[in-house]
This record gives sequence, C-alpha cells and structure tokens, in this order.
Amino acid sequence: MTEPITLTAAELASRIHAGEVSSVAVTKAHLERIGEVDKEINAFLHVDTEGALATAERVDADIAAGNPPASPLAGVPLGLKDVLTTSGQPTTCGSRTLEGWIPPYDATVTRKLAEAGVVVLGKTNMDEFAMGSSTENSAYGPTANPWDTTRVPGGSSGGSAAALAAFEAAMSIGTDTGGSIRQPGAMTGTVGVKPTYGGVSRYGLVAFSSSLDQAGPCARTVLDAALLHEIIAGHDPLDSTSLAAPVPPVAAAARSGAEGDLRGVRVGVVSELAGGEHGDGYQAGVLRSFSSAVDRLRELGAEVMEVSCPYFRYALAAYYLIAPSECSSNLARFDAMRYGLRVGDDGSASAERVMSRSREEGFGAEVKRRIIVGTYALSAGYYDAYYGSAQQVRTLVTRDFNAAYEQVDVLVSPTAPTTAFPIGERVDDPMAMYRADLCTIPANLAGIPAMSVPSGLSDDDGLPVGLQIMAPALAEDSMYRVAAAYERARDEAAGSALTEHLPQL
Amino acid sequence: MTAKAESMSDTMDYEDVVANFDPVLGLEVHVELSTATKMFCGCPNAFGGEPNTHVCPTCLGLPGALPVVNGTGVESAIRIGLGLNCEIAPWCRFARKNYFYPDMPKNFQTSQYDEPIAVNGYLDVELGDGETIRVGIERAHMEEDTGKSSHVGGATGRIHGADYSLLDYNRAGVPLIEIVTKPITGTGRRAPEVARAYVTALRDLLRAMGVSDVRMDQGSLRCDANVSLAPKGSAEFGTRSETKNVNSLRSVERAVRYEMTRQAALLARGEKVVQETRHFQETDGTTSPGRPKETSEDYRYFPEPDLVPIAPSAAWIEQLRATLPELPWERRKRIQAEWNLTDEELRDLVNTGAADLVAATVDAGAPVDDARSWWVQYLTEQANSREAELAELPITPAQVARVIELVAEGTLTTKLGREVVQGVLAGEGDPDEVISARGLEVVSDDSALTAAIDEALAAQPDVVDKIRGGKVQAAGAIVGAVMKATKGQADAKRVRELILERCGVVG
Amino acid sequence: MSTISRDEVAHLARLARIDVTEAELDTFAGQLDVILDSMAKVSEVAGDDVPPMTHAADVTNVFREDVPRPGLSQQQALSGAPAAEDGRFKVPRILGEEQ
Ligand SMILES: [Mg+2]
Ligand SMILES: [Zn+2]
Repeated sequence: MTEPITLTAAELASRIHAGEVSSVAVTKAHLERIGEVDKEINAFLHVDTEGALATAERVDADIAAGNPPASPLAGVPLGLKDVLTTSGQPTTCGSRTLEGWIPPYDATVTRKLAEAGVVVLGKTNMDEFAMGSSTENSAYGPTANPWDTTRVPGGSSGGSAAALAAFEAAMSIGTDTGGSIRQPGAMTGTVGVKPTYGGVSRYGLVAFSSSLDQAGPCARTVLDAALLHEIIAGHDPLDSTSLAAPVPPVAAAARSGAEGDLRGVRVGVVSELAGGEHGDGYQAGVLRSFSSAVDRLRELGAEVMEVSCPYFRYALAAYYLIAPSECSSNLARFDAMRYGLRVGDDGSASAERVMSRSREEGFGAEVKRRIIVGTYALSAGYYDAYYGSAQQVRTLVTRDFNAAYEQVDVLVSPTAPTTAFPIGERVDDPMAMYRADLCTIPANLAGIPAMSVPSGLSDDDGLPVGLQIMAPALAEDSMYRVAAAYERARDEAAGSALTEHLPQL
Repeated sequence: MTAKAESMSDTMDYEDVVANFDPVLGLEVHVELSTATKMFCGCPNAFGGEPNTHVCPTCLGLPGALPVVNGTGVESAIRIGLGLNCEIAPWCRFARKNYFYPDMPKNFQTSQYDEPIAVNGYLDVELGDGETIRVGIERAHMEEDTGKSSHVGGATGRIHGADYSLLDYNRAGVPLIEIVTKPITGTGRRAPEVARAYVTALRDLLRAMGVSDVRMDQGSLRCDANVSLAPKGSAEFGTRSETKNVNSLRSVERAVRYEMTRQAALLARGEKVVQETRHFQETDGTTSPGRPKETSEDYRYFPEPDLVPIAPSAAWIEQLRATLPELPWERRKRIQAEWNLTDEELRDLVNTGAADLVAATVDAGAPVDDARSWWVQYLTEQANSREAELAELPITPAQVARVIELVAEGTLTTKLGREVVQGVLAGEGDPDEVISARGLEVVSDDSALTAAIDEALAAQPDVVDKIRGGKVQAAGAIVGAVMKATKGQADAKRVRELILERCGVVG
Repeated sequence: MSTISRDEVAHLARLARIDVTEAELDTFAGQLDVILDSMAKVSEVAGDDVPPMTHAADVTNVFREDVPRPGLSQQQALSGAPAAEDGRFKVPRILGEEQ
C-alpha cells in the first residue's frame, strides 16, 4: 500500500493544488483501491467512476488554467453516506425499499461538496435508514472492519468509516443521530465529528430522527475533518432548523491545537461515562486506553477534573423512545405510491394492502421494530409516559451539560464501551446493540457538538479505541483544538501513526 | 343501506323534529389561502394546471426534503384570527397528524394540534329577518391541503369499486386554515338557516380580507357540518354525525336539515345515532355513511421537529390588525347610510348577496344606482338561471363597473352591455376583450350610419314626406330600419338626430 | 408498565401499515417487551415542572418569503414512480375515506 492513497486529504490537496499530482491520478488510485479491496470490505454501495473522474478533470483543468482551487479540498476523493440525496447517483439508505432510486434533487451537503470541487467517489454502506450500530442492518450486506474483517466497523456510518481505514477514500461524510459517526470512527481508528445540531443542513438528508440527525465529516486526521467540516457547514434557508450563525473556525483550531499546548484548557471527565461504578459493559482495555488518553491531556497542560452528569444514565432510554417515535412518522412516506419498492399490486389489491405488503418486504427487521416501538410510544394513552417523558429527560440531560460547561471547556469519555464486536454477535439482541451508543447519545439529545479521535489500540484485543470530546453548542473549535493536540501527542508517544498498524488487506 | 332508501323511509317530518328535539351544530370550515406559494415550499399555489407540475421534493414528500413556513401564510392566519375576534397565541407550533392516505405525500399532515394560532373568538351572523346571532369560534389553525385523486374504472369515477386511482399533487401543501365553531345551540328550527348564514358571513369576511378566493365550487372553501340532536329541554348533547362534501351554501342548509330529520327518525325508533362521517349527495339532498375504519383512529400527534415554533410579537399582531379592511357588516352600515336605503332595501341587497358586490362595484367607480340595478336585476337573473350564488358568478365588481362606464359613455347600449356581461360570464375575458373579440362596438361613426340611413329613407319615401310634413314621430319607422340594418349596434338617439337632419327637420 | 401482547403488536403493525408475519409477531412481542421495559424508566425521572425539549436550539419564527421557487418538471416528479398514467401517479384502488 503506497501513495497517494496513504496520504491525508490535506497533503493530497496541497500536492494537487501545487500541480505535483493530478486529481485524476489521485482519483484513479482510489478507484483502483476500491476495486481491489471493496469485495472484502463492502464499504461502497455505488461507485460513480465517470462522475468522479469528470470532477477530477474539472479541478485539474482549473489548476492548469491558473485559477485558485474552488476550496482547500478541491480534487480530493470522498465517500458519501448513502443517506444523502444525489441527483446523479442512486440513494438507497441501505434499504431494499429504495433499491435503484435516483433522486431528482441534490442534498445541500451534496451541492456544497460539488461547489468545493470535492471528488465524490460513490455512496457508502450504512445500517438501513441509519438505524443500527454495526452496519449489519444494510439490505446490501454488512461492511467489514479493515482492522479485522470478521468484525463490524460500527454503525450506522460503517461504510464511511471503513472506507477511510481501508484507504478507499481520503475522507467521507457520515450522519450521526445517536453516535453513528463517532462510534464507527472509534471502531475503525478514524476521526468522526458530529457538529452542533443545525450546524450542517439536513436538506436532502433522508430523515431517521429529525430532531437528532446531523451530518458530519469523517477522516483519518483531525485537520482533514476540520477542513471538510468548513466545506459542508453553514446556514441553509431550506432547513428551518439550520442555525443562522457563522461556522466556527475549526481548521485554524486544529492547526493551533497541533502545536501541542493545552495550558489553560479545562477538561471534564464525565463520571457517568467513565465505567467504574457505572461501568455496565465497559471493556477493560477501553477504560485503560481512556485513562491513558486523559493522562496525555494532562501532560499537554490541560486542567482535568471529574464532572457528574447524573441524568446521562437516562439518556439511552430517552433516545430509544424519541428516535423510534420520529422515525415511525418519517418513514411513513415509504408507502410504494410515489417511489420505492411496490409489492403485491395485482390489480385487485387495495392501495392499503399494497402499502402494507411493500413495507413488510421493503424494510428490514430493525426498521420495523423501531417503527412499531415508535408507533406505540406516540399512541394515545402512552404519549405522556413515553414520548413526553423522554422529551423531559432531554431537558434534564441538557441542563447537565450546561452545568458541566460552567466548570469546563470540553468534556471527555470513551466513544464506545467496547471495541469492534464480531459480525453477528448482537443481531438478535437489540438491547446489547443499543448499548453501543451509551456514551454518544447524550450529545445528540442536547444538540451539542462531539467527536471521536482514536486513542490507540486496546491492550486486550489490539483493536482501535475512541476518545470522545464534547463541546458546548457552536464551540466546535475548542473540541478540535483538544483533539488535534491529543492526536499529535498520541502519535509521538507511539512513534508511529495508528494507521501504520493496519493489517494488509 | 343506500342513501336513497334512507331518504324515502327513514326521516321524520321537520315540524315534528323541531317540536321534539334541540339541534346542536358544529361547523368546520377549511379555507385555502390565496398566497403565491404553498405553505411549506416555494411551489406556485395555483388552481388546476397540468398534473404534477406545481410540485417539488418537499410537497411530493420525497425522502430528505424539508418544509419551510410561508410567512405570508402565517400573516393571513393571524389576520383571519383577528377578523374572527380571536386571541392570537403568543407561541404556537405545528404538529404532525399521522395517518396513511395516498393523497398525502408524507403520510402525515403538517397541521396544528393543541397549540393553534388563534382561539376563542366569535362571528356575528345576520339572518334573513335581520336578527343577529353570535357564533362562537373555538379555534382557527394552519395546515396543508392534500393532493387530488381521481378514481378510474368501476362506478364511473366514484371511489367505491374503482379499478385504480391517479394522483396529482399540485394541490398538496396548499395553505389551509381550519376554522372550528364552538357548539351552536338554541337555534331550534332555524338551525339549517343559521348554518348557511354562518358560512355566508365567514365567506364574505374572508373575501373582504382578500386572503382567499373562497370559491366553494372550486373547493377553496369547504364545510363539514357536525349535527346532533338532544331531546327538547335536555342539557345533554346527543351523538353527532359529521357530514362532509358540502359544496355550496345551499347544500350546507340542506345537509343540516336532512341530518336533523334522519337522526330524529332514528331516536324516535329508539335507535342510536352512530358517530360517523357521512357524505352529502347534491343529487337528492341526502347523506350516506362513509366506510367504517377497521382500525380506530389514532393520529399520534407530536410536535413537528422539522419546524420551529411561531411566536408572534404584540407589535407584529397590531401591525396586522391595522391591515384589516372594513369588515362586511361595517361596510353594510356605511352603504345603508350613504345610499340612504331603508332596512328592507338593505336586507334585500344582503339576502340576494348583492350588498358587498354593489359596494365593491361602487368602490370601482360606478354610480350607486347603476351598480344596484345591474347586480339586483340582470346579474341576479343570471345567477338564478345557473342555480349559483350571485357571488359565485365568474365576474368581478370591477368588470361590472367597467361595463357600466362603457354604457354611460355611449360606447355600448344597455343591450350590448348585457351581451358583454354574457361574454365575461362565458370566460371570454375582461369586458374590453369581449368587445373586441365579439366586435360589439357601437356604430358611432356617422358616415357609416348615414349610408344605412339614406338607404332606409330611399326605401320609405312616404315616411320621409310625413317627417318633412312635421310628423317627427314617424321617424321611428326609419330608426327601426336603420337599427335593423346595423344589427342593433347603432346608437338609436344619434340615428334619430341624423334622420331629422337629413329630412331638414331640426329635432 | 408494558407487557405488550401479540395482539397489540398486530394492532400497531396495522396502524404502521406493515404486514408482519406470524413469526415476526412472536419475536417482536418479546423484543418490544424488553425494549419498552428498559425504556419505561424515563417516566420515573422528570416531574411536571420539567419542560419537554423538542428542539435542540430554541429558535422561533423561521419564515420563507412568499415567492415561487423553481420545482420539479412532471417527468422528474414521476421519475421514481412505480406506475404512472397521464402525468399522474398510478396507484391501486383506494378504499376508505379522505380525512
Ligand atoms: Mg384539519
Ligand atoms: Zn413544492
């Protein structure tokens, strides 16, 4: 495995913009890599060779003509989660019901990537409609974890994360409703960022849980994630919940963080997410990796203290009521009338019958399970006890965060309680699967930004572990700064970049 | 059992109904706003059009698309609330009403549930005899319209027994305001009349505010009538039925009356009224039950997470209040004074539905008397012959005012004026367009006339002698001949003058 | 609070327009019980004084100008349709009533 696919997005961009290598060459190298390894990894559901090369050629022509690059990442190849609409390519959301559906419009994120000259290689695999923590719920087969292909890459953005670890793309876009960017980042040894809710437009993001969904950048380095973050973020009048606020200067924060000085930064360790007395199902190696990461932050000059967020222990329960409730309504539109799979239309069956047949065959078990749970939680007589109470818990979790941020600048925890688990291990045990989101869910409930940066390999199974860093709303820059500083210290201590330990595929 | 069978046997004589029962009404009106765009997307809000050409990812419910609220729609909702004397909520939200139906692209309707934008108002309604009844308004809330389904095969376009259906989503997402009355009690035998008068008053109000074109025939104003009966004197409400598909003012009255007689018959037989949705049949004036739902309705309302709350500031509300036009009943008081009409004259104007139209025509520059006579006489005849409401005639006060102007300046005779109005009613465009299209100009060019006159004179030398002999009135025969020759397009007064000139007589 | 019966699952599936199989009824009934039991604890936490949170940021009055925006052509609109006729979406016969 050699350059250019091993280079970071920032390195690729500078060489492409300097004319040292063409975007076409870089794009071809990644397409070849996909050809070689994706049979094994299954990170991509669709590869758009023509579209990718066409974009690359435009970027090269631009540079040859002496024009400034359209963006700091113009010409760099990316994998786009298949939950964002693309007018040129199918958008399936990992579901059978949307097999072959080509949207007549582009998501705002898709449009921004195009305007930035980013080369979209194709659409990445995911849990069906982003419902899952392992990418096993894809109708098109699970994605394998490049660190151990018998294990899951996490989910739901498993394809986007695995594509990075397998060097099939230099960067990718994921979406995060309860941890779907950060948890796969942790399990594949890559960086994943969930921006502040409203920081990135949801227009064209096929909704799972509208009040929690957020698209964000995935990359192999903190700086790459920051550069991509600045391209996709920003106010969008097509999304009523999009924030009319400037994008935090995350790239600058990542660069200054890389100077390795965290003096004056107050870091809070969330007791409720640090194992110990609350350590239900935390892997020992994960907790050891976490505490050494915290030591590292101390060495960088950060002031570390423990903070308690008592209501976090109700976050998982609240999430698994709110998300299914909203999904039961969001997914009602998949009824076989206007688009999508239609089954049983024999000319005599009623529309209602055809809807029910088509939804039965078009949706996988987890999606049906959540639709039914949500239908229950919203139905008359149960609303207050379930959906209503869950929304109150959301308030309490948010108050916990607000109180914590009066004492500290960022909060940290493990990103996930365990490392990547074997494919098939949890498919029949929903609760075990849901617990993979234990540490990531609170940030979604409160709408605050959070990211996962690799904290090395677990000493008990040699698999990647993630350090979660959470910041106040729209304070992404402080989060990126800490992540960049830690990333550098980590590699210096290890004497090598984490990715160098990846097994050959 | 079919509606027909019902209408035959299963109703009670109306006099017996009102002798034994107290009716309770609840009226639910849906009105389509006449905004430029839909409620949650930028698609044109236009009636008709090629199917599925006023659509976008949002109003088609495509995966990933999101709604954004039309600010003008909210302003209209607030103005309607103010016009109905409602309290405007300082904070309110949209909610999702979840149910599956193919004409609804998202399979939920974006509506308002327990937090409507306007609550607790009233509308004063004047009945035929001048008595005024105050109808309480429970709420007015914002929501979106559905698409249109047409049913193919089977019983000719009826939903039942159709082979398949075709869907057009041009109407999906059009802004609707749902206006719900409080229970209307104590109206006794006048219940049907009150129902009609309420919808009429509401329609006039909305038209005056210019927020909707309130065309019941086009479905931009739709009424559902809830009717229940209570044994005379009992405080307890009976079980109600909800009658839909009531598409004209006349139907509102008929539907309420029919439901009263049907329910009374049931109760008299000791049977129960079923709480159900029924459909009104224009043809025989009966109602028939809708198909019972196999699953009990549970709309699973919850706050719309894709939209943020609406919090109208007091300043904004006052600003909108200032834009309220002169309300119909105020305008009527004014015109009665200005045109010094007796109460009876005014009521006739009101009852023919002409008052506001006449006033609008006067505002458009026509003299009061001309405006009154055109609307109360000729146009009322036209409406009656079409069994339509005067206001539903496809002609605007401005167009009528233009015709009056053209007649006054002699460009048209009254006869031609009526022909022009016919053209407008036939959808041939504005009066001036009709005139040029039908070539209805009065022949005022004398040279063209003199030719016709000379012919007529030559044809009737004896009459000419009479005229020269001073029998001026004999000119009538010549005038008639000329008018005939010019197909009535000549101005008779002018023709007469010219004839007398030609005969050397000074008229 | 929740022991969710097979029949209840069947009813919910009907409400959600999903034709669950007999086998699914059994698995879902079991799994929903476990899930809802572990979720039920949310009702114990918050008192009435705690307001529900439906939006992450408390923004209000986000409106659009009432100005038309280009939408989709008829052909684009129908591009994903399982069946179409005369510029309309063709769907199986509709039972039941408009709401
Ligand atoms: Mg309604
Ligand atoms: Zn639209």
